[in-house]
Amino acid sequence: MNRVNLLIWIYMYSIYYKKYIHEKTIQGFNLHLGEKGRGEPLKRHDEEFIRKLDLTAVKIRKHIIEMLYLAKSGHPGGSLSAVEAIVTLYFYHMKHNPKDPQDPNRDRFVLSKGHAAPTLYAVLAECGYFDVKELNHLRQINCMLQGHPVCTHIPGVEASTGSLGHGLSFAIGIALAGKLDKKDYRVYVMVGDGETNEGQIWEAASSASHYKLDNLTAFIDRNFLQIDGNTEDVLRLESVKDRWSSFGWHVIEVDGHDIEQIIDALLSANEQKNQPTMIILNTVKGKGVSFMENNVDFHGVPPNEMEYKLAMKELETAQKALEATL
Amino acid sequence: MKKKEMANPRDAYGETLVELGKKHPNIVVLDADLSKSTKTVLFAKKYPERFFEMGIAEANMISAAAGLASCGKIPFASTFAVFATGRVYDQIRIDVAYSEANVKIFATHGGISVGKDGASHQMIEDLTLMRVLPNMTVLAPSDATQTKRLVELMAVTKGPMYARIGRANAPVLYKKEDLRDIKIGKGLITKDGSDVSIVACGTMVDQAVDAHEQLAKEGVSARVVDMHTIKPLDEKLLMKCVKETNAMVTVEEHSIIGGLGGAVSEMLAENATAVPFKRIGVQDMFCESGEPDELFDKYGLSTPHIIKTVKTLLK
Repeated sequence: MNRVNLLIWIYMYSIYYKKYIHEKTIQGFNLHLGEKGRGEPLKRHDEEFIRKLDLTAVKIRKHIIEMLYLAKSGHPGGSLSAVEAIVTLYFYHMKHNPKDPQDPNRDRFVLSKGHAAPTLYAVLAECGYFDVKELNHLRQINCMLQGHPVCTHIPGVEASTGSLGHGLSFAIGIALAGKLDKKDYRVYVMVGDGETNEGQIWEAASSASHYKLDNLTAFIDRNFLQIDGNTEDVLRLESVKDRWSSFGWHVIEVDGHDIEQIIDALLSANEQKNQPTMIILNTVKGKGVSFMENNVDFHGVPPNEMEYKLAMKELETAQKALEATL
Repeated sequence: MKKKEMANPRDAYGETLVELGKKHPNIVVLDADLSKSTKTVLFAKKYPERFFEMGIAEANMISAAAGLASCGKIPFASTFAVFATGRVYDQIRIDVAYSEANVKIFATHGGISVGKDGASHQMIEDLTLMRVLPNMTVLAPSDATQTKRLVELMAVTKGPMYARIGRANAPVLYKKEDLRDIKIGKGLITKDGSDVSIVACGTMVDQAVDAHEQLAKEGVSARVVDMHTIKPLDEKLLMKCVKETNAMVTVEEHSIIGGLGGAVSEMLAENATAVPFKRIGVQDMFCESGEPDELFDKYGLSTPHIIKTVKTLLK
């Protein structure tokens, strides 16, 4: 009798935990994440949800600016352009559990363009993988958050990146393991557009399509800028779409700052059979901060005090405008 | 001289992978279009679903192996030593060593005994390149028996590892009953002696054993240490040798810079041991096409060179 009682209590508590404590901690933005999740298309009119994700994106941008300002180093441009896709993955699309970062059935995300680490860190912290306060100590000695992602020290980081060109191959390994184990997890990876200058990217492009990795979805953050200038001047990439198509990928092109379009693309990728999907995110480098937008000078230079204040002011204005609609 | 029993360490590697594949369902094997040479083809035939042909795309192979390891697989990635290290140094550095990934890089065709393919294919820097990487274990088995044992241990020991063997058949130095003594990080006293310690690895252990025998005829007692693990280095055994013998020589089919000789000299220098010491290996140069024995002779790695060096040291 006692044992039955105990089991009932455990059961009740687990429901309570799942419904309240868990949700509250992992969903710092009042989003009912994980409730929807992969494979459940949004209703077309679920505008409020999209706006909540937009709002999350703005809050992540504030974190990024704050982090880089405090760190006095880092990469604002490519961090800001990558926000919407990563927010959509972690706050809507991916099956993942911050309380169990090693869950073998989780979906995985590999940030191949490791210099956008601030975006990943901010998202992971807001999901509950680690304390948001850690964000204040980016790139500082004796602290967890390294300049570029490292999988051995930071909960939720799947792959150590920073040297460009590796992440897509790493994701292929995860996808191959998923196929071998007949698991239904999916693997996501983001590469920079400049990053696709690397030869290894094209080894991986061949490999993923050769192995028919339909459990692999890649994003290319097509912001048209790399350190030495416009991507087309540094080492021509166009036509990005034709290149990936000719390597046997299913290619979708979207506005990389339009969360609804990103969701549609992700759902389309889920439906693909026998080929990997490349989602080309047409983005703006430095998105969300007027003087950083399309400004290559902010690739790897953090904001100074004046720029920091100006940026935060702009983002707060954007935040208020969005909040007013909710 | 009686004829030596020969066996190819590459065959031992391939056959051991097949055996391990049965025991460990998590073992997967990757190759870069050289599976017939590395002998991973044996595994591919037996377990096609766990074998990944990655094509001539080594960078992709190493990073993908790390991805597989992140999902609990035990990947063995194989190709020639020259492509398995220098070509993919950055991938190994970040995805394997820095990430502490459980990836086993197993290279064949290491050293100059690759022979006729020439210097482009004669990898004499791999031990150095791998040794300098934090977290990396570096192995150079000396015969087929030892290869088998070390491959078994690699499979069950967590962490990034690099192993290299040569191309050619190698004399069998160890018997089945010796298997127990072969442990990662523990050198083996293959022949005992009291005048000099010849510390060798890989293909050079056999040359050292020959030197031991010929020196014995001349009244010199040479100890042969098979230092199959370059990192972590068995410093305890080396210091014992320093105390018990009067001189030390390292022999490797590798550049004298940074490999076994480099590791041993670093240790000796820091321990302030004034023991007469010499590194035998390829000098700071590229070699050329030729038969392995011709190359060993010309570039100073053969038994007569070892004997000559020992005698000079003991003078």
